Amino acid sequence: MGAGRPFREEPKLKVAGLSVARGGRLVFEGMSFGAEAGDFIELRGANGSGKTSLLRAIAGYLRPRSGVISFEGVEEPALCLHYLGHLNGLKPASNVSAHLRYWAGLFAGAVDIAAVMSGVGLGASADLPARALSQGQARRLALARLLVAPRPIWLLDEPAAALDAQGRTLIASLIEAHREQGGVVLAAVHEPLGSAPSQTLQLSDRT
Amino acid sequence: MRAVFETFRRDFALMWNGGGGALAPLGFFLGATSLVPLAMGSDRALLAAAGPPLVWIAAALAVLATLERLFQADLEDGSLDQMLLSPTPLEALVLAKGAALWCAVGLPLALAGAPAAIALQAPAAHVPVIVISLALGMAAFIAIGLVGAAVTAGVRRGGVLIALIVLPFFAPPIIFGAAVAQGEAVAGAMAILGGCALGALALGPIAAAAALRLQAE
Repeated sequence: MGAGRPFREEPKLKVAGLSVARGGRLVFEGMSFGAEAGDFIELRGANGSGKTSLLRAIAGYLRPRSGVISFEGVEEPALCLHYLGHLNGLKPASNVSAHLRYWAGLFAGAVDIAAVMSGVGLGASADLPARALSQGQARRLALARLLVAPRPIWLLDEPAAALDAQGRTLIASLIEAHREQGGVVLAAVHEPLGSAPSQTLQLSDRT
Repeated sequence: MRAVFETFRRDFALMWNGGGGALAPLGFFLGATSLVPLAMGSDRALLAAAGPPLVWIAAALAVLATLERLFQADLEDGSLDQMLLSPTPLEALVLAKGAALWCAVGLPLALAGAPAAIALQAPAAHVPVIVISLALGMAAFIAIGLVGAAVTAGVRRGGVLIALIVLPFFAPPIIFGAAVAQGEAVAGAMAILGGCALGALALGPIAAAAALRLQAE
């Protein structure tokens, strides 16, 4: 295990002939692509084109109607990925450092929480309850979750939502660092995130 | 293990100081039991015969009120998605949430059972055993309640639905708990109450976790 590549083996993600239905309606079908260590795949498409459904299917929340999602170089699919959805997963009454401590426990991560906090620009807000955070700060806290436990595959659903210009730069640098370490990033975006994607998947509008 | 501990710590803290309302069920319980003597009049013999089992009904209803938001909040704010990505099985995390609820709400309710039972003319000698039986009964109620809370997590205003799902399963602990409260066959009733609690604790988290996995879709 090299210092620059924390993941035991090179992660690989392969999606073949994937079809996902929501509420009885087929969102997309026959989706195939692959991602390897260091890849950043951009998902683009109109609202309702299935970006979130694709990410949730890969995360294992949604059962696909047909098709195969396979992971290589990882032990247990659900344990090798981080999912950052529209919802930040915050408890209004719990403070910033308590969130990070909880996530570190939940994901069996062993990192310096103070360093993670300052890394996402929340160093001065450690004792603020989540209800006192702005939308952008809440998003930064959710981004910090990606750092409390290193996991090779990141699934990001519009990660830049509510973030200011600095926050966007932060995301770009997080993604760059993750790719350098041999991680895979899959992100649904409307605006470019700053890191040059290795592939752009266009989901077609079916409505 | 760490995930279980951190889940317990977070839930316990949220219930006590996060406006999670650990005190509200306690207030409901004491309020409801103190209304009983007012409703039944001053006949002490009548109160002594009918009162102590009412402690159990009040406790069951008080715990029901805490169940609605137990998983609904996690589903709405995205916490459930994260729980599913933990290396610790969801069943263990659900059990940790149940344990936190028992410590934050169940145990205080069981202790509040002492003054309530005395107010309802239970003999003082029965009070310790009533408190212990309530603590066991709370564990059974909460473990059963986990399933109801998980099944209805996606339902708006699911509180009444939880009651419909869960109340039939509350019957065994209520029957034997009321027997303890009246001082009938205490040893046997306690053993069965313990059995109810253990059985519910073994099965409840598994069923609740299965329901939550479906909710994540």
